[in-house]
Amino acid sequence: MKNIIHHHRRQWLKQAQGLGLLAFGFLTNPLVSFAKKADADEAIKKIVGGAAMREGKVTLTIPPLVENGNLVVLKVSVDSPMTANDYVKTIHVIAEGNPLPNIFTVYLTPRSGTANITTRVRLADSQKVCAIAQMSNGSFWQGSAETLVTLSACTEIV
Amino acid sequence: MSKTSRTSITMPATAKKDSIIEIRAIAQHDMESGFRYTEGGKLIPRDIIRTFTCTYNNVEVFKADFYSGIGANPLIIFTTIAVESGTLEFRWAGDDGYEAVNQSHITVS
Repeated sequence: MKNIIHHHRRQWLKQAQGLGLLAFGFLTNPLVSFAKKADADEAIKKIVGGAAMREGKVTLTIPPLVENGNLVVLKVSVDSPMTANDYVKTIHVIAEGNPLPNIFTVYLTPRSGTANITTRVRLADSQKVCAIAQMSNGSFWQGSAETLVTLSACTEIV
Repeated sequence: MSKTSRTSITMPATAKKDSIIEIRAIAQHDMESGFRYTEGGKLIPRDIIRTFTCTYNNVEVFKADFYSGIGANPLIIFTTIAVESGTLEFRWAGDDGYEAVNQSHITVS
């Protein structure tokens, strides 16, 4: 009797596992997540061109959990001495999950003193936001942050 | 959105020479993204501020391009080095002929 119960339990577990895998497949549907990612990649390619992009130097700060995606405080800072020979030329901020991935671009000079920018952005979805900085010597550096958005921007009807 | 609107600048009125000052610039603007629909299903056309520039005694020290991802009433905080006494001019320009200008004076010692 005990054996039979055990047998049933195993089979039930196997079936449950199958269902779980199926649900996981729906959640990570490549067709849904891929379209937006491609847009963002395109935008990044336009900025960087063929040049190599390295991780580091750029710190992007956004709250890890956002209640309202319409107004999210975003802070970018780039580690740079900001001297005439070595400074940050541009900073681009790209959001993978927004209908238009570009959020803003700032152009700095040695007279900026620091490379710290704070602004308020819209986020359409829970996503990864990345910042790309171009230095005066032409090199590109990247930093990113993940966030969870409860109420998304730009989907509401007026 | 009207052709111009209220703007506000927050920055120190005096500074030591070669110190770094923080400037907060805000403009009143809806920043209509161009991705929203009316109840009737019509797309609302985009109406945003596209560029922001800051000149220090007529020398450009900071510029920014805005896209639809910037929230309503765009705020931008940035820094510059106080090199000399004078005037900082801030200019916002956007869709549909929008333009706003604001000025602030600084005394550098």
